Amino acid sequence: MEDKGLSLKKKPTNPRSLFDSFWTGVASLCMIITLIPLFAVLFFVGAQGFAQINLDLFTQLPPPPGLKDGGIANAIIGTLVTVAIATAISVPFGVLAAVYLSEFSGNNQIAKWVRFATNVLSGVPSIIAGVFAYGLLVATGIVGFSAIAGGVALSVLMLPTIIRTTDEALQIVPQDVRWAAFGIGAYNYQTVLKVVLPAAIPSILTGVTLAIARAAGETAPLIFTALYSNFWPSPPPKGLLEPIATLSVLVYNYAIVPFKPQQELAWAGSLILVLLVLITSVTARIATRQKTY
Amino acid sequence: MSASSSRRQTGVGFRSAMEKTVDNWFISLTLAFAIGIGLILFSIALIIAWRAWPAIQEYGLGFLFSSSWNPVKGRESYGALPVIYGTLVSSLISLAIAVPLGIGTAIFLSENFIPLKFRTPLVFLVELLAAIPSVVYGLWGIFVLIPLVQPFALWLHNNLGWIPLFSTAPAGGPGMFPAGIVLSIMILPIITAISRDSLASLPPELRQASLGLGATRWETIFRVLVPAAFSGIVGGIMLALGRAMGETMAVTMIIGNVNRISISILEPANTISSLIANQFAEASGMQVAALMYAGLVLMVLTLVVNIAADYIVSQVRAKY
Repeated sequence: MEDKGLSLKKKPTNPRSLFDSFWTGVASLCMIITLIPLFAVLFFVGAQGFAQINLDLFTQLPPPPGLKDGGIANAIIGTLVTVAIATAISVPFGVLAAVYLSEFSGNNQIAKWVRFATNVLSGVPSIIAGVFAYGLLVATGIVGFSAIAGGVALSVLMLPTIIRTTDEALQIVPQDVRWAAFGIGAYNYQTVLKVVLPAAIPSILTGVTLAIARAAGETAPLIFTALYSNFWPSPPPKGLLEPIATLSVLVYNYAIVPFKPQQELAWAGSLILVLLVLITSVTARIATRQKTY
Repeated sequence: MSASSSRRQTGVGFRSAMEKTVDNWFISLTLAFAIGIGLILFSIALIIAWRAWPAIQEYGLGFLFSSSWNPVKGRESYGALPVIYGTLVSSLISLAIAVPLGIGTAIFLSENFIPLKFRTPLVFLVELLAAIPSVVYGLWGIFVLIPLVQPFALWLHNNLGWIPLFSTAPAGGPGMFPAGIVLSIMILPIITAISRDSLASLPPELRQASLGLGATRWETIFRVLVPAAFSGIVGGIMLALGRAMGETMAVTMIIGNVNRISISILEPANTISSLIANQFAEASGMQVAALMYAGLVLMVLTLVVNIAADYIVSQVRAKY
């Protein structure tokens, strides 16, 4: 007996099966195309950048336009300084705000608005953060073009990430831990500072590290706040109030000049920025896999 | 009496007034910082509007519709139409490329085409795409992508030149087209991640019911899963649009920075953020105000898009 339509077996030549195979192919192709740029960028940055890695790169100043040799040491220091300033501002700010959201707000109306503002802030274009820092600090003459102005601009961009990851990290800490702390008579601040925050520290650190890596790669907020400098930064506090070179701005400046040695330094700078992001992302990935609770 | 005697026995004293004050101060402090976030957002808008005020007074809303940008002293005139146009068009090009790719990738990663063991690293790789600094994409764009897309741009012009979008011969340098491609790479991870989240958070009953009715996998995807996750996917696309409009460095380095509206996407162009990035450091007087005004326009554009996206995504979260 022929029972064509009733067979439970799937025929691969059936139009519906063909339709399925076709779209499976399309989806796989999308996946492959999506990953091509990642590998292309990593490949070229690696290929062009690794060739430039030597001791001079980390110890010397950039050469004058058109000349060879030299390094990007001042930019590396500058990136460390501006990011350190940004971290010093955004971490206490962000962590305390997140403590309010997670521990004291009880999800009231204020918390809703603050979370909303955090989301909106994370959507603010990075160049707007630069314009803001310029308008707030440079145009008013509070500080000039300086590492501080650059650090303030970067801190605006780091804040949403830090608030969000800290908020999430604190909420994962089990309620029992807080009850136990209250039970032995701890105050709110003691519970938060000595029990809840320490328990959440690994996840918070992960978020902070990611935010730092992202901030190190930001360029737009720095080009008219930290500006750029071809020289060594002065020792602090003077050095914090002067224009300062950063890796990302160096890559931008040297990418658009017609000199080969400068372009090579731009690739080297890119490699350092990409490695920073790669290493922090991978370690964050591994760290979050080992859950404390 | 019994209470105080038991306290004495256990050696635990009453809470001191000092500690109570510290506690209240601590809570107020965290509240102050939480409110501080809102204040920062507010002051960003306020400071930019304040600095832009001279230009707002001088040019008014006409700023949005004028195409001249002349910083020469005495003959100054500023208008943002070409950069607003460039911002919108470059974002639309990037969406045209990234939306189909991103949704396709999201479906691939949310279905069990390959074992979870292999999918997890793929998800991570897509996330990495978002972590690479903008300026690195710009450098790569200048030296790798622009030469790479040139033959393709030529082909578009030679074969589809009758379409106004491809009507001019590509010069082989920077332009709207490579800028759109780089933008699409940068927003792909956003579209993919949010679409995948909204597909993965659908209740499994939807899929089971559809498969139980005899639908094939892709019939289920097209007729049940994608429609159910549709608003989440739209939210992701809007977030990506917001990101594309505000993206600065990569675009600045490869769009050509020419303040002119041309229908052809093979020509150089400019965006609001590139204009600011290029001119701000050397600007003075009215030019700073005009750039601030342009920044204000950008901020309003991205705010509207982001708030709409945020609203859509939160509606979806509430649904499932």
